[in-house]
Amino acid sequence: MTIITRRKLITGAAIGAGGLLSGCDALNRNPLFQDILASAETANFVVQRTLGDRMELASEYRMADLSPTFRANGTRDPASPEYDASAAQGFADWRLRLTGLFRKPQQFSLAAVQSLPQRTQITRHDCVEGWSAIGQWTGVPLKILLDLGQLQDKARFLVFHCADRLGGRPYYESIDLLDGFHPQTILAHRLNGSPLPVANGAPLRLRVERQLGYKHAKYVTGIEAVASLAGIGEGKGGYWQDVAGYAWYAGI
Amino acid sequence: MPEDIIIADRPRHQLATRIWHWTNALCLLIMLMSGLTIFNAHPRLYWGEYGANDDYAWMAVGSSPTQAYLRLGDTRIDTTGVLGNWQDSEGRTQTWAFPGWATIPSTYSLADGRRWHFFFAWIFSAGLTLFMIRSLWNRHIQKDLHMRREEWRPSHIWRSLRDHGSLAVIRQSATHPYNVVQKLSYIGVIFILLPLMIFTGLAMSPAMDANWPFLTDLLGGRQSARSAHFITAFLLVLFFLVHILMVLLSGPIGQIKAMLSGGQDRRAL
Repeated sequence: MTIITRRKLITGAAIGAGGLLSGCDALNRNPLFQDILASAETANFVVQRTLGDRMELASEYRMADLSPTFRANGTRDPASPEYDASAAQGFADWRLRLTGLFRKPQQFSLAAVQSLPQRTQITRHDCVEGWSAIGQWTGVPLKILLDLGQLQDKARFLVFHCADRLGGRPYYESIDLLDGFHPQTILAHRLNGSPLPVANGAPLRLRVERQLGYKHAKYVTGIEAVASLAGIGEGKGGYWQDVAGYAWYAGI
Repeated sequence: MPEDIIIADRPRHQLATRIWHWTNALCLLIMLMSGLTIFNAHPRLYWGEYGANDDYAWMAVGSSPTQAYLRLGDTRIDTTGVLGNWQDSEGRTQTWAFPGWATIPSTYSLADGRRWHFFFAWIFSAGLTLFMIRSLWNRHIQKDLHMRREEWRPSHIWRSLRDHGSLAVIRQSATHPYNVVQKLSYIGVIFILLPLMIFTGLAMSPAMDANWPFLTDLLGGRQSARSAHFITAFLLVLFFLVHILMVLLSGPIGQIKAMLSGGQDRRAL
């Protein structure tokens, strides 16, 4: 039998603590271990989608609950010559294109989007970083655009193409059809009763209320219906997923 | 009659207790450290539904390349060198709130921190649930943790607290049934703090908020839930420190051996 002395125990604990840290960093770099860790993200998705009737609404609030200032994050100004020119004329030439697996691919001007039935909702925006802001959003329910474009049967995901670039790459995001047809999923063009500010994604931004902020693509120029996310960007379904390894499903 | 006669054939710590104890210790350590990575993404805490940089934070770590502070309410504490401004292993100054030795991974990655946190959160939650069920079944809760009526008397609790000033009494606790302070601590951790970690965590999830809005409401909003998650985590750290101190004072080798191999149940007749 090995005799454990106090000194051995303390040395062991110190080595253990140091080893745990460097061990965790080594494991963190291991692709197989990353896949094992990421299996929990799949579990989060499956369980959260199984909990309710899948069409549950996110909490809505009153005007009195609004954040005094609605924080902007990520790109605050796309600042490209094309964007600036469009902004200068109040986005009169902005086009939203439906492409990919639509039976009736088409494009909408901002005025056309605004002339469709609208939904206004006061919701809480939860950033992956931990902060929250409550804002009132007005826009067209995505379902109305999807019904006009008529999705083909093969379509499984909706990819949102954006006018902004981060670190030289175009921003994009994607959601599945369940979130696409959810009543609170809208393309918003107004925040707190005023036209959407540039910092918050003017002229059109996605609201997908049951997920974290990075899913809410800003400066949306197009919706592409696809059967798989494999061919888009690096194939992980979004800018932050490709660049930093964020989860595609951001319900938690 | 000597006090430490073995009257039962069962071990002091049953197998389920031992497996859970070590699995849980590992999960909590990893979740604390990956949780600090997540906290570093936005080192400010608020009360209510919303809270972002322009809103009042009751707790915030402020950092800059030259100095850093921790603000609690209106009190500012200089934390240069510790929180918000520290040297990494290569001697570079970093301005993340919690230093690299306390986080997983040791260099900031919110995506990786979240992966570690959620993976071990599943093991932690499943483990706690199974442990609770098993401990009811094997009567660990009823036999060892149940507070008898007379034990709830303030005078009894006060006496037990005072007893902890005596090393001899602390030594005895290694072989005696749990005293009132031990029972209350373990009940508080197992049935209040640990479940609270799970529920305050879930209350921060926007999808959970859609499915179970009462959870976030009950906690007073998403930012209150985030604050409560953080406070509860530090209450668990406090428990851990006292727990380790008590293990060291009551004979660490015997205690660790008992928690590994079960030990023997010695009770006064």
